Amino acid sequence: MDLKLKIWRQKNAATKGKIVDYDISEVSSDMSFLEMLDVLNRELTEKGDEPVSFDHDCREGICGSCSLQINGRPHGPDGGTTTCQLHMRKFKDGDSIVIEPFRAKAFPIVKDLIIDRSAFDRVQHAGAFISVNTSGNTQDANATPINKGDADHAFDAASCIGCGACVAACKNASAMLFVSAKVSQYALLPQGQVEREMRVTDMVSQMDEEGFGACTNTGACEAECPKGISLTNIARMNREFIGSNLKS
Amino acid sequence: MKIGANFPAKTPEGPIEDKWTSYKNKIDLVNPANKRLIDVIVVGTGLAGGSAAASLAELGYNVKAFCFQDSPRRAHSIAAQGGINASKNYMGDGDSDYRLFYDTVKGGDYRAREENVYRLAEVSGNIIDQCVAQGVPFARDYGGLLDNRSFGGVLVSRTFYAKGQTGQQLLLGAYSAMNRQIARGKIKMYNRHEMMDLVIVDGKARGIIAKNLITGELERHSAHAVVIASGGYGNVFYLSTNAMGSNVSAAWKIHKKGAWFANPCFTQIHPTCIPVSGDHQSKLTLMSESLRNDGRIWVPAKEEDVKAIRSGALKPTAIAEADRDYFLERRYPAFGNLVPRDVASRAAKERCDAGFGVNATGEAVYLDFAAAVIRYGKEKALVTHQDANNEALVLELGREIIATKYGNLFQMYEKIVDENPYETPMMIYPAVHYTMGGVWVDYDLMTTVPGCYAIGEANFSEHGANRLGASALMQGLADGYFVLPYTIGNYLAKDIRTGAIPVDTPEFAAAEKGVQEQLERFINNKGSKPVDYFHKKLGKIMWDKVGMSRNGKDLKDAVEEIQAIRDEFYKEVKVPGDLEGFNEELAKAGRVADFLELGELFAKDALNREESCGGHFREEHQTPEGEAKRDKAFQYVAAWEHDGAPKDAKLHKEMLDYKYIEVKERSYK
Repeated sequence: MDLKLKIWRQKNAATKGKIVDYDISEVSSDMSFLEMLDVLNRELTEKGDEPVSFDHDCREGICGSCSLQINGRPHGPDGGTTTCQLHMRKFKDGDSIVIEPFRAKAFPIVKDLIIDRSAFDRVQHAGAFISVNTSGNTQDANATPINKGDADHAFDAASCIGCGACVAACKNASAMLFVSAKVSQYALLPQGQVEREMRVTDMVSQMDEEGFGACTNTGACEAECPKGISLTNIARMNREFIGSNLKS
Repeated sequence: MKIGANFPAKTPEGPIEDKWTSYKNKIDLVNPANKRLIDVIVVGTGLAGGSAAASLAELGYNVKAFCFQDSPRRAHSIAAQGGINASKNYMGDGDSDYRLFYDTVKGGDYRAREENVYRLAEVSGNIIDQCVAQGVPFARDYGGLLDNRSFGGVLVSRTFYAKGQTGQQLLLGAYSAMNRQIARGKIKMYNRHEMMDLVIVDGKARGIIAKNLITGELERHSAHAVVIASGGYGNVFYLSTNAMGSNVSAAWKIHKKGAWFANPCFTQIHPTCIPVSGDHQSKLTLMSESLRNDGRIWVPAKEEDVKAIRSGALKPTAIAEADRDYFLERRYPAFGNLVPRDVASRAAKERCDAGFGVNATGEAVYLDFAAAVIRYGKEKALVTHQDANNEALVLELGREIIATKYGNLFQMYEKIVDENPYETPMMIYPAVHYTMGGVWVDYDLMTTVPGCYAIGEANFSEHGANRLGASALMQGLADGYFVLPYTIGNYLAKDIRTGAIPVDTPEFAAAEKGVQEQLERFINNKGSKPVDYFHKKLGKIMWDKVGMSRNGKDLKDAVEEIQAIRDEFYKEVKVPGDLEGFNEELAKAGRVADFLELGELFAKDALNREESCGGHFREEHQTPEGEAKRDKAFQYVAAWEHDGAPKDAKLHKEMLDYKYIEVKERSYK
């Protein structure tokens, strides 16, 4: 198929960017979206132009590197998938495709389609851990049985890949889904109880400091999350946060 | 163990089950106040690097950790699917440290160092305890206890898992431990930084030259020890299940600075990957080995059925049971679909080479869940007091169970192939997945460069010629959490009075200059072909001539062809953009330059090894049934010393003695 691509190009954080048009032909429907961009980049390089920079690594939907806003949707038109797992069979001959980076104040642009998501890392430094040393002397793994329901819910929350689609989908650029997934994982497990109150307070405070917006419960984050992280995590974090503040 | 007199493997004396304990009792320790005076660099933040960085920082060392990704959490360990082994014997099926040790040595076709493997088995249980304490959500049963499943090459259930995302959960666990230390200021994290070279001062590893991938600036970083945890080199094949950025460069740079590179030809070709779909393909996707717990592998028994399937006239589900060849169950009745990876891969290739491949290119076999769906569905119907003879109900219930076990893998398959694997069998074919070879290390995990360590997939030590499923995660975390934190102290104890290592020295300047010159050479080269052109060309030679099946003539050709591509690369490569700023093509050029050297050493090593063992199959050396034929004369680790160019690399042999395991024919029949 032949496609018209409208791609955000920006040299670096200090320079102004703009949308640039590219034509690409003979795209196979079996290609992934990023493989289509590989073809474009090969053509650009051969012509002596600079290729389009974008983040990508595992290309199997788990590392969370890829972060493209495609026709206005994080990770594009296919539900429950990352950009790297989006395939060109979801498009048709003659389509125009607008490709932008995820947009949020807390995710400044590095170059072209690459953004800086270190705000997510800093939120995690604030409390996304259980304080246990790797001494080899921890208790036996089966010493504390964990209700299967809690374990499964903790796993579901922990399956977040940290891509930032939730922030990109939200009109307020809120990071509540991301942060609540992490808070929930620990809040649901017995191992997470000791630091439970401090954790939620510290992580929420860092989240606010990073400039993410407030949550107005529109649910766009859940709808666009490639891993199906549930909104109930946000409800849980709100309870955790209120509980923690009441006690302090 | 014998290796060149200067570099003994330094394995401790005593009975094997006491070696690690007595070693720990005798090593030098560094007191807490002195640890604060010592810096350690860790390159790579996967399971090995992440766990090492966190543990060393907990101990009190000042850690500087580097990753080329935008966050440590994105290292490629994240993509590991199936599980992690540990000899907990929670299932009560007779598991023990010795059995895990035995299975690993046998699975590696008797080409691993006994002492290292025993230690790995010994600490395996601690890993699970540690991860649970960190909040890693492993799969549990209804009683709230941890669940296990089986992996290839063993007869017990010792694999702990978190759906098909075990690597992700373990890495996030290690990353959480890092977060705690980053917050304390004990780890200084350098994201989007690539190690460009190792700096050696007075014969010791004392730092690295790193490139800030955002600004393009070169930086000098010093430390009292350098730990390489940069993963494997499967991307030398261009197409592999590795991430796009996975590369050999950190390991190769230390090799060129004096670290010996061991067994480069030991590469794992994983049997269950999604087949190649076309020339545009940028990477291959693994379908976890855990699927072979429930999936049965087959091809049609009749050639006319193969033709009809390829033309689209026949669907696989329409082929009668009697007309299917479940070739693993036929050839290996004892282990069936759970034979080790090397064996399963070669068997699939044998059927496809014989003309029974089921896709258009003839390079695919089926992985079928129909029997498991019915088995699970019937059980669930009985347990829930429903009609177990109702076929539609049984199918529905069975598919639900399969979805809870492998849901994310089935979804991934459907996205890529556009077929529903709940209804039609998956198509799979072997692909490059893991490299058992790597930097040679002694019992302390130290390379032949004093103060430079290699851990995880980057080293060579535990898996011999073939790695068993779910053992890579175990090794990465064992090295990082429980082995290196002890062994490195034994070395650093002598460095407590050294003080901070300055970076304004001739050694740092010379290393930086070398890096700068190579980068300039790429940018100023007036070639016509992009980096990928050369990488693909190299990958094709590696796959065709140094892949699943090798012979002397092809290997000799491969050596020459790779040398020719390397010459062409330096003449013709075209790297767009500037030295400053983010430039992925420039980063790729440096990585491919290293693959072009490693590829040659890889072929040379395969040529030297005149035997078949594990993942290394020489056509000249096979039994009448087509199985790998080992040769006692090659019961050694081939450690290569760099001497100017891959063709001049010098071979050192670490002879392997097996005192605790009888070396037998490796049979899975």
